[in-house]
Amino acid sequence: MNKIALIIRREYITRVRKKSFLIMTFLTPFLFALIFIIPALVMTNEDKDFKKIAVIEDGSDLFTNVIPDTKDTDFEYLEGVKLNDIKNNFAELGYYGVLYISPDLVANPDAIQLISRKQPPIGLLDHISGSLEKEIEKQKLLAYNIENLDEILRTINTSVRVQTIKMDETGSARETSTGISMALAYIGGFLMYMLVFMFGSMVMRGVIEEKTNRIVEVIVSSVKPVQLMLGKIIGVALVGLTQFALWIVLTLALVMVVKTNLLPEGAMEQLQQLPQSFAEADQATAAGSAGTTVTAEQLTEFQQIFAGALSMPWGLIIFSFVFYFLTGYLLYASLFAAIGSAVDNETETQQFMLPVTIPIILGLVVAMGTMQNPESSLSFWFSIIPLTSPIVMMARIPFDVPAWEIALSMGLMLLTIVGAVWMAAKIYRTGILMYGKKTSYKELWKWLTYKG
Amino acid sequence: MILFEAKEVTKRFATQTALDRVSVSVPEQSIYGLLGPNGAGKTTLIRIINQITAPDSGAIFLNGRPINPDDVNSIGYLPEERGLYRKMKVGEQALYLAQLKGLSHAEAMRRLKYWFKKLAIIDWWDKKVEELSKGMQQKVQFVTTVLHEPKLLIFDEPFTGFDPINVKQIKDEILFLRERGATIIFSTHNMSSVEELCDNITLINKAQTILEGSVEKIRHDWAGNEFEVVFGGEVNPSSNGNFTLLSSVFDEGKSRVVIKASEPVDNNAILRAMTAAGQVLSFNPALPSMNEIFIRVVETKNKEAVKN
Repeated sequence: MNKIALIIRREYITRVRKKSFLIMTFLTPFLFALIFIIPALVMTNEDKDFKKIAVIEDGSDLFTNVIPDTKDTDFEYLEGVKLNDIKNNFAELGYYGVLYISPDLVANPDAIQLISRKQPPIGLLDHISGSLEKEIEKQKLLAYNIENLDEILRTINTSVRVQTIKMDETGSARETSTGISMALAYIGGFLMYMLVFMFGSMVMRGVIEEKTNRIVEVIVSSVKPVQLMLGKIIGVALVGLTQFALWIVLTLALVMVVKTNLLPEGAMEQLQQLPQSFAEADQATAAGSAGTTVTAEQLTEFQQIFAGALSMPWGLIIFSFVFYFLTGYLLYASLFAAIGSAVDNETETQQFMLPVTIPIILGLVVAMGTMQNPESSLSFWFSIIPLTSPIVMMARIPFDVPAWEIALSMGLMLLTIVGAVWMAAKIYRTGILMYGKKTSYKELWKWLTYKG
Repeated sequence: MILFEAKEVTKRFATQTALDRVSVSVPEQSIYGLLGPNGAGKTTLIRIINQITAPDSGAIFLNGRPINPDDVNSIGYLPEERGLYRKMKVGEQALYLAQLKGLSHAEAMRRLKYWFKKLAIIDWWDKKVEELSKGMQQKVQFVTTVLHEPKLLIFDEPFTGFDPINVKQIKDEILFLRERGATIIFSTHNMSSVEELCDNITLINKAQTILEGSVEKIRHDWAGNEFEVVFGGEVNPSSNGNFTLLSSVFDEGKSRVVIKASEPVDNNAILRAMTAAGQVLSFNPALPSMNEIFIRVVETKNKEAVKN
């Protein structure tokens, strides 16, 4: 077997067999899955219990039947019942709470109380105040004696959503969803930072291990140092890809399992129904007084998110992520390998780590800024310069980047890698056989210029 | 036949010269000692032979032709500072190192079983290296060095860390390997093992060769004018114009007498004086140990250097 293949195989197998790899691989999907599942659980849990609310109007009937029942809440309008009659025993009578509406609510917005044993959900409060506000507006308008008021009210019922549309040079427009883009920029940039750093320093630790336990001299009497270095870098890259693939598969599997077994029926359907057509939702909103107003408004938000998510250039995002992960990792792993070869133990790495860590952190900081302002010239340059481009470009791509910029950034990246690997190999070759004395930058420069 | 040859090899690092026109010529199936004080340049020469580094000038020949990258498979190298992957299992690791030297999986497996049984370490096959004692690790490493049956073996301090029984076992294995056709370069500070094992040596000091040749010849050259005479019974020959008595020890009915001959040396005259003094059992030039020679040569050189 080819020697470099042997090295890759060893690097890969010893790492994949480690307990820490297994723990990381199987634990992380749980975290990922939680991110998907928790919102679904919260959504369903909030209104899960059926509630019955007693409404007392203190003699008037101004607001009788104004608050419509919702899917899980019924409003019962009790006539001739005083608040004091029911205040202390509503729970025994089967009510979730008592809503007391004072007749001067029209003049005084505070003249309303909801008495309950538990903290009422926000959605319920919104529903009550929303319905009452509408009724009060209507009554105030009625005072002006406008004809066909009901008809007018139905037609003026409006809702506003800002649609963001970006024009490119060719004049074709595309709907964009800033929220989704931001989320993707954040996830892409941060994940890239994490992976490059994690697997890059894994390479460094491997090099230091071989150097400190002195096996490196035996191995370089069998293979060329550059073969050992590349074998290690490629082996660790495969570990990274394996882990990444397993994360995706396991997360999907987990979400499936939870979906079919744990979530109450209907929770997921509710989520799945979200990407309905806008028209349907608009109708629901326009219907106004229909019992599902609140839900319908929530629906449209989700629809926007899903529509936005669907409009993202997924192919480009995934391709770029894999490209920038591999190249960014290769770039930093070479630098980390060179550092590992120049020191005798991990504590000595500090002095060389700084110049490597700074661009990576800078990349992350600029990437976070990119989410606020994707078109800034700072973001542009940092997404072109190879040391920061993997992180910053991932944060820019969801906001639509001209093809030439991506091509330039990727091209520069490839060139830089060739240079970085060549440089790292030179330092590595000398460094791994140097023991004892502390290495300086001057020394590193000399190693770069040694021949043979 | 010469198996390995280094011609006028020079290697400079930024601030110092590690090797200055060093030439070494190792006959096939011999054991060649590479000696010298710490920092003399031995490790650099060994690394050049292993093609870990390249010389600035000079040439390296194996089997009469310039050495090439594929030759690493016919060289076995046991470095002085040795180590193994601590978390890896012994058998797996030995297999990996053997495959890196070009052996197939099956062949490596077969030979490993043979050697592990021979050195009584087969029970350690599935243990992690970190669970092994230092001596055990050394044995594993010795096996991985010789496994691919290299024509040229380089041992750098192979006996450190071994108990006397293991030292004897490894010595026997080295001699056995030579018998089977291997040529061995042996670097050590242990001069008694040099006398015991080496056919030829090169002594390097401060990047330069200061002494080379066969161990026999060097010891005779450095014998000076001292002789060891063994007498039956207690004898104390008195000094005369031909020699000076240096020491005389009587033990178990024999006298061991060391004399220094005066210039010009007249062996016959001395012998006559000896036979006159008592019953001569043996008369030999008193050979200095390699240890003495090493110290004398290096110290003389260093004094010269200081003077200049």
